[in-house]
Amino acid sequence: MSYVTNILVAGIGGQGVMTAADIIAQAAIRAGHDVKKTEVAGMAQRGGVVTSHVRFGEHVYSPSITPGHADLLLAFEPAEALRWAGHLRTGAAALVNTFAQTPPVVSLGLFEYPDAPLEQLARYPISVSSLNAGDMAIGMGDRRLVNSLMLGAAARHLPFDSGLLKQALLDRFANKGGKMLTLNEQAFDAGYREPGKI
Amino acid sequence: MTAAEQVRNPQAIFISGNEAVAMAARDADCRVAAAYPGTPSTEILEYLSAYPTVYSEWSINEKVSLEVTIGASLAGSRALCAMKHVGLNVASDALMTQTLIGAVGGLVIAVADDVGLSSSQNEQDSRYWGRFAHIPVLEPCDAQEAYSMTRFAFSLSEQFSVPVLLRLTTRICHVKGLVRTDASEKTVARFFNKDSSRYVMVPGNARNRIPLMMQRDKELAQFSEGCELNRFEPGQDRRIGFVTSGAAYCHVRETFPEAPVLKLGLSHPAPIETIRAFAQGVDQLIVAEEVEPLLETELKAAGIQLSGKDILPRIGELTPSVLRPALAQLTGDTCTTAPATQNDLFPRPPTLCVACPHMGIYYCLAHVKNTIISGDIGCYTLGAGQPWNALDTCISMGASLSVAQGIDKGRSEADQNKNVIAVIGDSTFLHMGMQGLLDITYNRGNVTILLLDNRAVGMTGGQNAPSSGLDLHGEETIQVDFRKLCEALGVKPARIHEVNPYELPVLFKALREEVKQTGPSVIITNQPCVLTERYRQQPALAVDADRCTGCSNCLDVGCPAILVERRETVIKPNGREKQLTFVKIDSAACTGCNLCINTCGPDAIIPLSRDSRINAVEVSA
Repeated sequence: MSYVTNILVAGIGGQGVMTAADIIAQAAIRAGHDVKKTEVAGMAQRGGVVTSHVRFGEHVYSPSITPGHADLLLAFEPAEALRWAGHLRTGAAALVNTFAQTPPVVSLGLFEYPDAPLEQLARYPISVSSLNAGDMAIGMGDRRLVNSLMLGAAARHLPFDSGLLKQALLDRFANKGGKMLTLNEQAFDAGYREPGKI
Repeated sequence: MTAAEQVRNPQAIFISGNEAVAMAARDADCRVAAAYPGTPSTEILEYLSAYPTVYSEWSINEKVSLEVTIGASLAGSRALCAMKHVGLNVASDALMTQTLIGAVGGLVIAVADDVGLSSSQNEQDSRYWGRFAHIPVLEPCDAQEAYSMTRFAFSLSEQFSVPVLLRLTTRICHVKGLVRTDASEKTVARFFNKDSSRYVMVPGNARNRIPLMMQRDKELAQFSEGCELNRFEPGQDRRIGFVTSGAAYCHVRETFPEAPVLKLGLSHPAPIETIRAFAQGVDQLIVAEEVEPLLETELKAAGIQLSGKDILPRIGELTPSVLRPALAQLTGDTCTTAPATQNDLFPRPPTLCVACPHMGIYYCLAHVKNTIISGDIGCYTLGAGQPWNALDTCISMGASLSVAQGIDKGRSEADQNKNVIAVIGDSTFLHMGMQGLLDITYNRGNVTILLLDNRAVGMTGGQNAPSSGLDLHGEETIQVDFRKLCEALGVKPARIHEVNPYELPVLFKALREEVKQTGPSVIITNQPCVLTERYRQQPALAVDADRCTGCSNCLDVGCPAILVERRETVIKPNGREKQLTFVKIDSAACTGCNLCINTCGPDAIIPLSRDSRINAVEVSA
């Protein structure tokens, strides 16, 4: 069986995890692949853990990534990167938004947010890149731009031309009008430029 | 579309299983579609609502949606109803008799099982209904099959004059894949053909229909043996052969690409003889079916040797990470599994949204003593979680009221001073809660009812209901007047209160007063779901660090936008240690509902812009 590429996108309900996964899937289709993409909806808008699996290759059967077989983790939050790092294969890449978000159970003192989650990621046999997409997005005027920043950064890690990903993103925002389109394009470019290797 | 894409996938579109079902219904000339929202099936009707050739509606509950589509079928139109697995429990009363009448226009019941319980109160196997109601079951494995099998389901329904169960699961509904659609068809116009011996199910008529149903079972079983949806896929490694269906098929092919597979699309009635012949060509036969051992039991009864739930789990999905280690027992293959997630991390459970109007309710309920709180199905079930812990039961749609009635009537001496409270949302109340309220008033129950009217089906994404004043298409329609409705159901006018759930003092007063009353009371909240367009954002709030005393009262609200700035331990004058928690507000997330201001003694919570006035939350919708 030919190789199937596994992309795991992880974050928190409301961050745009599913949209990001959808845009990667669209780009993979344009690159000529068969693609399957899971959505986990329902409770997803309620601040819970959200993951989306994108799998592409010559032919994809199962929509689910087997733990230990993901090629790229796109983590929208550092603790979520840690939660899902075990899904990556040896030598895989993790791309992490370092902007932390603590849930009410942590604020209430019932649980602790991990110290230095990025350093803990070093325990895994993977390569980690990071960027503070949260602060960058707020700096650009809209926290929803995290999505496009992360996609820009992901473009370097995907096995097809980054232009395909950028075009899929732009198509997604084409009907939102000029300003949103321009902002998202700028965010994608800013994410792409961010080296952030640790 | 790029050249490469066109070469590979001419006319293929990338859609979810739910969208594929909707498109197929449209292309099959389905005229009527009805549903009540429920994850993971909700989007089927949302997609269908965009097609002008299909009449589509949000029905009041699943039984109503099935009955609407039964009527449409009897009128000669193709019809589809969609529901989540537990919805078919509600609709089953209609189903169990409709099967005797059978379909006229093709009738498809798309039922979505939440295998793995991503957002449901139980995990049940809807394939049972096929056996129970004597109707065929189709099981697509992906979005492409969701399309083609929905098309097939309509013609099968008409060929055998039978409602067809399209059994979906979360991994079909919410998985996107490339789908090729077929040319749309036009059905022949029919009419309502009066036929009381078939359509009026009184005992004398129904009795005569039962043998016809049994005959239909036999014909369907024969049809299943040669049906193209039951497909043999040869494989080189004949140590194990799989009989499988639905999403499990995809996982089996992924995990064991060299194994022979008999894929069942029409899984009930099962093609027993086809499976018997298949079994003879492999060393060991495995039945890989998600949830219950239904097919396994039937095949064992037919004398076919196999393994199934003796090695595979009866709960959750049969993903590759489940299949591989389970089958390694048989094959002797080595198998290492990676942990799914790092499990020493904090949990991140779903919680109420920033500014959710339910938070004020649960803040109050957590502070009222001596309560037994009977809950219901919706976002407000999250009140069982932190920090509120203010829900004691949750069973099924509408159960809050009737269970509360039972708690009231069944309470022992030890619970005599307890205040029995029921919490239910607007849409759930209309779905199946009204009957419980009538039972309470009729039978002189003593329950305080909190009717949380946020004018939407919140948990599934803010869909419309009769409480919204808008229909599936967003067009204006009647809006239920809950005060009048509760009065009509027998609640005394003086015992009905409408309150703004962001005004904590008013809420506390109403709750404390009403729990003291003998007899039923209803407290209706009146602020919209924050996910809907009806919600109006107000200027964001911030914390004045100089004034915050670290009391942490505001954290008891449970708002995700209230964060901890720092914790300090101080020694009080009496020598005891006290933990102080100083807070900040994520102003970019805050929408200024002002609920937390009510909990702050030192007035440390202020508008982000000191110049902007703190606006009162809009009371009227």
